[in-house]
Amino acid sequence: MTVIEQRPPSEQSPVADHLRVVRIKVRRYDPEVDPDANWQTFEVPVEKSDRLIDALHQIKWYQDGSLSFRRSCGHGVCGSDAMRVNGVNRLACKVLVKDLGDEILVEPIKGLPVLKDLIVDMEPFFAAFRAVQPFLVNSGREPTRERLQTAEQRERFDDTTKCIMCAACTTSCPIFWNDEAYFGPQAIVAAHRFIFDSRDEGADERLEILNDKEGVWRCRTTFNCTDACPRGIEITKAIQEVKRALIFRRR
Amino acid sequence: MTTIGVSADAPSRPVIEAPRSRRPSARRTGTNFEMYAWIFMRMSGLLLVFLVLGHLFIMLLLDDGVQRINFGFVAGRWASPFWRTWDLAQLWLAQLHGTNGLRVIINDYAERDGTRFWLKMLLYTSSFLVLLLGTLVIFTFDPEISG
Repeated sequence: MTVIEQRPPSEQSPVADHLRVVRIKVRRYDPEVDPDANWQTFEVPVEKSDRLIDALHQIKWYQDGSLSFRRSCGHGVCGSDAMRVNGVNRLACKVLVKDLGDEILVEPIKGLPVLKDLIVDMEPFFAAFRAVQPFLVNSGREPTRERLQTAEQRERFDDTTKCIMCAACTTSCPIFWNDEAYFGPQAIVAAHRFIFDSRDEGADERLEILNDKEGVWRCRTTFNCTDACPRGIEITKAIQEVKRALIFRRR
Repeated sequence: MTTIGVSADAPSRPVIEAPRSRRPSARRTGTNFEMYAWIFMRMSGLLLVFLVLGHLFIMLLLDDGVQRINFGFVAGRWASPFWRTWDLAQLWLAQLHGTNGLRVIINDYAERDGTRFWLKMLLYTSSFLVLLLGTLVIFTFDPEISG
């Protein structure tokens, strides 16, 4: 067993003048140690320019190595470090500590089973993504050059191509919190990206999937997803466009 | 060839089951029911704004307002087929709108299938009784009260 040296903040090297100490309250969960989740507060010296991920690294690297969270690129592209910060879903690598106050509440994203600390089991989320057929459906022979489309045709679904699948939207949705059978905002965004793509021919099949009992009609337009999206995708609008396509499609 | 112990052609990649699966019965009903329910909520909501606000205005504000309402007042209004149709439309739209709204809330928040089922049964039964009683009164109302 690895023993990690833990020192109280007061015994650590003195905090430099330009640093500010913030209290970060993290929801810890390790089923191998304690079947219940509990809160642990860390005092972390931060720079003005630090992001939340920097503060979490500071904890993991210098205070408590057992703190677990996902992160990969650390620059808002890979979508690994979505977490619930002060009650709203944010990417830890995109939110600055100076914007979060002196006491910061950090929890795992809600509605998915927690595996350890801030790490959740993403499988139900990915299962919904796979269910909407998020790939190009096209009949006929493979063309010898690119499948061309106009700038306007590309613009039609541009917004939903920006998704990085961080799950911030789906885990901010109150319907998903209560019932994971609901596809969730992300799966609808993924479907939208292909439904409105002029090169794709699978729109009817995808619309039929989302016309289901657990599909777009469960959306209550609370706009939580749009607020949570770190890429600024207008998710609720995309969901409404899918609803409209279902109502006015030719049968 | 039969061997005991580790077989040479045992699968090299173990299959890992997904930790949780979605309710299979909840998938692919193949009907447009949810879509029509969604459209109904928008349309009935729009109509109810006029019907209910008009109803409240007549009943509570016009003339002496609520003070003048008695059996005779209702009998006088329902002598006209227009007000009977108004009240019938209002009853059905409001009742179905409310029932569907509660059905959706039960779907959202009741976690166990049993709870879902019984809450919906309670909802449909009470909703049916109110609709039946209201419709019966509107159609069989008799202004010549006796006894």
